[in-house]
Amino acid sequence: MKIDVEHIARLARLGLTEQEKKLYGDQLSRILGHAEELNKLKTDNVAPTTHAIPMKNVFREDKAIPCEDTEAILRNAPAEESNMFLVPRIIE
Amino acid sequence: MNSLTAHELHQLLLNKKVSSVEITEAVFKQIEKNEDKVKAYVSLTKEKALKNAEEADKRIRSGENIPPLCGIPIAIKDNMCTKGTRTTCSSKILNNYLPPYDATIVKKLDDLLAVPTGKTNLDEFAMGSSTENSGYFTTKNPWDLKTVPGGSSGGSAAATAADECILALGSDTGGSIRQPASFCGVVGLKPTYGLVSRYGLIAFASSLDQIGPITKDVTDAALLLNAIAGYDQKDSTSVNRPVPNYQNSLVNSADKLRIGLISDLMGKGIDEDVKKAIKTAARVFESMGAIVEEVSMPTFEYAVPTYYIIAPAEASSNLARFDGVKFGHRSKEAPDLINMYYNTRKEGFGSEVKRRIMIGTYVLSAGYYDAFYLKALKARTLIKQDFEKAFKRFDILISPTAPSVAFKIGEKANDPLSMYLSDIATIPVNLAGLPAISLPCGFSKGLPIGLQIIGDAFAEEKTLQAAFAYEQHTDWHKKRPKL
Amino acid sequence: MTNWETIIGLEIHAQLLTESKMFCSCSTKFGAKPNTNICPVCTGQPGVLPVTNKKAIALAIKTAIILNCKIEKTSIFARKNYFYPDLPKDFQISQYELPLAVNGFIDIEVEGVKKRIGITRVHLEEDAGKLVHKGSARIMGAGESLVDYNRTGTPLMEIVTEPDIRSSLEAKVFMETLQHLLQFIGVCDAKMEEGSLRCDANISIRPEGANKFGTKTEVKNMNSFRAVAKALEAEEKRHKEVLQEGGKIIQETRFFDDIAETTIGMRSKESAHDYRYFPEPDLVPIEPEHAWIEEIKKTIVELPTKKAERFEKDFELSKADAEFLTSTPAIADFFENCAKHYSKPKIAANWIMGDLAAYLNANNLTIDKIDFSPLKLAEMLGLIDKGTISGKIAKIVLAEILKTGKNVQDIIKDLGLTQISDESEINNIIDEIINNNPKQVAEFKSGKDPVIMFLVGQVMKASKGRVKPDMAQELLRRALS
Repeated sequence: MKIDVEHIARLARLGLTEQEKKLYGDQLSRILGHAEELNKLKTDNVAPTTHAIPMKNVFREDKAIPCEDTEAILRNAPAEESNMFLVPRIIE
Repeated sequence: MNSLTAHELHQLLLNKKVSSVEITEAVFKQIEKNEDKVKAYVSLTKEKALKNAEEADKRIRSGENIPPLCGIPIAIKDNMCTKGTRTTCSSKILNNYLPPYDATIVKKLDDLLAVPTGKTNLDEFAMGSSTENSGYFTTKNPWDLKTVPGGSSGGSAAATAADECILALGSDTGGSIRQPASFCGVVGLKPTYGLVSRYGLIAFASSLDQIGPITKDVTDAALLLNAIAGYDQKDSTSVNRPVPNYQNSLVNSADKLRIGLISDLMGKGIDEDVKKAIKTAARVFESMGAIVEEVSMPTFEYAVPTYYIIAPAEASSNLARFDGVKFGHRSKEAPDLINMYYNTRKEGFGSEVKRRIMIGTYVLSAGYYDAFYLKALKARTLIKQDFEKAFKRFDILISPTAPSVAFKIGEKANDPLSMYLSDIATIPVNLAGLPAISLPCGFSKGLPIGLQIIGDAFAEEKTLQAAFAYEQHTDWHKKRPKL
Repeated sequence: MTNWETIIGLEIHAQLLTESKMFCSCSTKFGAKPNTNICPVCTGQPGVLPVTNKKAIALAIKTAIILNCKIEKTSIFARKNYFYPDLPKDFQISQYELPLAVNGFIDIEVEGVKKRIGITRVHLEEDAGKLVHKGSARIMGAGESLVDYNRTGTPLMEIVTEPDIRSSLEAKVFMETLQHLLQFIGVCDAKMEEGSLRCDANISIRPEGANKFGTKTEVKNMNSFRAVAKALEAEEKRHKEVLQEGGKIIQETRFFDDIAETTIGMRSKESAHDYRYFPEPDLVPIEPEHAWIEEIKKTIVELPTKKAERFEKDFELSKADAEFLTSTPAIADFFENCAKHYSKPKIAANWIMGDLAAYLNANNLTIDKIDFSPLKLAEMLGLIDKGTISGKIAKIVLAEILKTGKNVQDIIKDLGLTQISDESEINNIIDEIINNNPKQVAEFKSGKDPVIMFLVGQVMKASKGRVKPDMAQELLRRALS
């Protein structure tokens, strides 16, 4: 099974070395090849399970409650300016 | 003193035979003595521990109603957020992260005045079965320092086994509580999905993650489960239903208990010693009046591929936020935004995390979603149905927790697929959201073997009762490693 | 020369009027200092979980009902995965498969002709944060950027139309109609200029009679109704020019330049997005119960078109007047309440559309935000009819009520504004005017009849308008004969 490692890494915003690209390419092929075992299962009329314990309609009331410590959130910022999170130049 | 259980220490505290500060100091003395060898903790929180211990002693002196975990030292896996206390997930990307909030369970334990000893090591972002994937160091198995403690909650299991805490919290996505408990000869309980709040647990795979106890015996597991179980409105998947007192399930009886021994987990790929120990355990149950029959779970062979699609898919999305913008590591090589992303994640994540992000991104990407992700969700339904069928015939199911005892450090490090396949016994339980406990049931080459008892959804009481009854008929849980 | 048909579909985002955010309890208020309406959840801290705001669901259901949609028995949230600094989790919680509601329509009226526009779906999602680009108003050419997460997580409702719109004018009218509806039922304040109502468009053209769609482009950055019309006009023209010259339209996203009134292609390197949608595992399905939907239905007021028709008929108003009076529920309620206490609805309507509306406009207020009741207006209008005050005085009284909030009677008393109806009192004023204006009196007596109006004016002035002009004239003529 052939995998476009560079495309996947780009989607995931993961920088990979050439060596890693090769390694992950091989390992992903093996792991996903194993995953193809699932094709042996007949699932034509089977509904997918996203939650093992079925639940529905969990809501909260619309009430504004201020956060006690917004400063503690900003303190973790790798770069901050004027109470905002600073990010490098965005090149589209 | 630090080798006692929480329920034993609780009695001593109530009878004023010992103070929480004394217990806490004994635990930290043990940490000082053994931590160099075991390396269970990423961070220690001695100051906070002593503060809570003093508060606990005050409360005990005042004669108020004292909850069982008041004043008891507990270790917390380092993927649970502790406000203002470094929380790393054993990842370099969170090296300096100080959470601005407490996880719900951390708050619950703090309210009880439990004594937090520190944050324990794990495989980075809980991805692994040995702690070898920790971004910092590998924890050693106290039974043999050349072997792994299991993972991902290896730090919590090793700390408990080495008496570096009285009990501990772990998290379990595909076996991360039960397998290290098995490897370290302690008790590990993964509750039903939704019984314990996940708010503040740094997510690996949201639909599978669950927090649970790692303890020295079944009684402590029940006590800790009492403390952490219950509905939390901050977690939409936490179940709003009354929580029983799990201490009431500690009844020494397995009479007429219908037990299914999972035959698919007693064949190829399982060590002979492990099989023997499980068969012996089945006999112990029979001697108590239980009825043990074999049961086949034909979909189990698909559990590992199913899990290794669903878990990485959710993880690839959960771990996107570690991008150098809001918290954690940011690469110095950041000429522009996109390269900041690439380099931050390249430098911050270890190779197993990268591998799983790659798998997860792939199985969700255009053209592969149906073939992999959707297929896995359907396979998950079939696995769940196998359990539903089995629980019509049986009260509980038993199996080995892991195919083997603890393996040597480095033994499987270069073969991710064989590492993944060793989770065969624990993974189906997470996929179906069920409760399961691992408890010591023998030894092979001086290393502990774990018995897994699986219950139906929210049948923690039956599961704990079976485990308790077994424990009362054996003394494996009393064995301690010599360090 | 080919006759072209234009095909437009719209994708609208409306911020819902909730107190708190979509998945956390932070306030949705605007204008706060950057990063103060934030919490661990909406900044995507490790370990946090979303919990759905019930009101947001209710408001979206309310909208779905008035857009004649089918509310789905089960709907789910999904994660839309992409990296951007204004998206703290680097995924947006949205709906993809299984949206909240589908298959609706709105009727619009374009130049007197009614037309039905299909609604494909209504779904919920969370808004992103705000980026400020240092050293430039635009992202291109800027240096570093700053992120404010105050807006992050504000509930957004997405409404997608069928490709039923055939001109830029229809698109504009659709947006105006939708705005009116959303404001009317109170789900969104729907101000395009402020971004609480946003719109992107897909546009393509094809030769008339063709049944295959042409290649479409997506137009973004239309921040007013005018911009919607201008942008689509420009894009339509561009499509025609390209195709007529034998060129090809490239499927792409184009940015509307408000000043140049043209669209600009935004060819990004990663043109092929792959959002890797999958069901949000941290949230459970929404299955609105019948009783809840019925309860929401009860909160829906009579819709503007229906109300306007009723006003036209019941109160014998013109279409234009009825439309004005149903522009907001508050104005409609005000008028209707006033009409209950005053028997000449047309006169009440004139006062509301005239003096009252002028006051509201001048002070940037809305009718529900002032201390003035329909009852007070009815009372004042009754006093005009009784002759207690003149229409002119009433204008002063109204202005005073709006300024002070006092009672009608108190103002009239305090300012001494009651009409003088006692003939002897008026004659005293007339005597004075005759004495003071001998020249004009002489002219009148010599046959210059129009001079009487000057003298009436003097009486009005001296009485501060408290004498009825026709009565002043009658008494003047009597005195001078």
